[in-house]
Amino acid sequence: MAKIVGSIVTSHVPAIGRAIAGNLQNEPYWKPFFDAFPPIHRWLDEVKPDVAVVVYNDHGLNFFLDKMPTFSVGAAPQYHNADEGWGIPTLPPFTGETELSWHLINQLVNKEFDLTSCQEMLVDHAFTLPLKLLWPQEGACPIKVVPVCINTVQFPIPSASRCYKLGEAIGEAISAWDSDARVVVIGTGGLSHQLDGERAGFINKPFDLQFMQSLVDNPKWATQYTVEQLVEHTGSQGIELLMWLAARATIKGEVRALQNTYHLPISNTAAGVMLLEPLA
Amino acid sequence: MAEQQRVSIPGTTLFDDIQAQKGYALNKMCFSFNDKANRDAFKADEAAYCARFGLNPAQLAAVQSRNVLQLIAAGGNVYYLAKFAGIFGLDVQDIGAQQTGMSKDEFKQKLLNAGQ
Repeated sequence: MAKIVGSIVTSHVPAIGRAIAGNLQNEPYWKPFFDAFPPIHRWLDEVKPDVAVVVYNDHGLNFFLDKMPTFSVGAAPQYHNADEGWGIPTLPPFTGETELSWHLINQLVNKEFDLTSCQEMLVDHAFTLPLKLLWPQEGACPIKVVPVCINTVQFPIPSASRCYKLGEAIGEAISAWDSDARVVVIGTGGLSHQLDGERAGFINKPFDLQFMQSLVDNPKWATQYTVEQLVEHTGSQGIELLMWLAARATIKGEVRALQNTYHLPISNTAAGVMLLEPLA
Repeated sequence: MAEQQRVSIPGTTLFDDIQAQKGYALNKMCFSFNDKANRDAFKADEAAYCARFGLNPAQLAAVQSRNVLQLIAAGGNVYYLAKFAGIFGLDVQDIGAQQTGMSKDEFKQKLLNAGQ
């Protein structure tokens, strides 16, 4: 059966893409963030995952308001990205692991997660940048991928508790996949930030730090909050912590944090990076 | 059916069913800016491009003003509006400064202060 080797959660701010493209990793503004990654690269070299399941949120590249699935799973042989309207650099397409995609879709629907399957799916910066941070080499991303997208564009947005349960179900499905693949689960987004309204620029460092600690000590901690309360505590886009929560929940039992970085600001965002490894 | 309880957070518009319906045409136009050809068409003839999407008067005025708070009030969703802002080379810090009535440097300082 397939094995989850760990979970990596990271912010996905578009400006990271510009920093990579401009080779700014060692600039004082960027260094504390990019310094989180060499130890993770060494870990990836050691554990050698074959597949990445990436839990992310689309920002209006693939999904419009005409059809807005709460949860969707990519089942494409290949995933393309685009300039998203800002002329940002695009990356080579990503290769899908369709066998795992369909296994997840079958298992999750069977467990009453009525998700949307996507045989064509454009992936945006929330998907591409974390993969580029983890596998920075030139050319195409070296491992296969399965995108899992959670709606954070339009209310109603699924609750923290529901996203946690989705993560648990994804974890169980991966562990029941008849394959010897090694799977890493990536959660992208956050942490606290708000782009819109008079409250733009809102950041909540104490809450972020408590949330990060909770992923190790008490992973269901954030499920006590409604999505509206999460907006209040973390900003309208801070609710992207839902992706971190789902990714963490794929690991049954305790974890240790092999990497834990918090740095702000990156653009308008408090950025975090964690590498969580199962203890069992 | 019981009235859905609406949550109020100062300086924040939750993009809910009301906003999603109100802003549909505006957001649809902004979504189209994912394609460069559409951005170019907008730049070439703004009025004609807006007309294709049937924006209402408030949305038209908001687009003309380039004012983000006004665009949000007209039903705009920030993720789609970001693509509109991209046409003018504005990043999220420009937008943040505009919405909070600060200079961009002041807005950046506010973010830095949040780390203290």
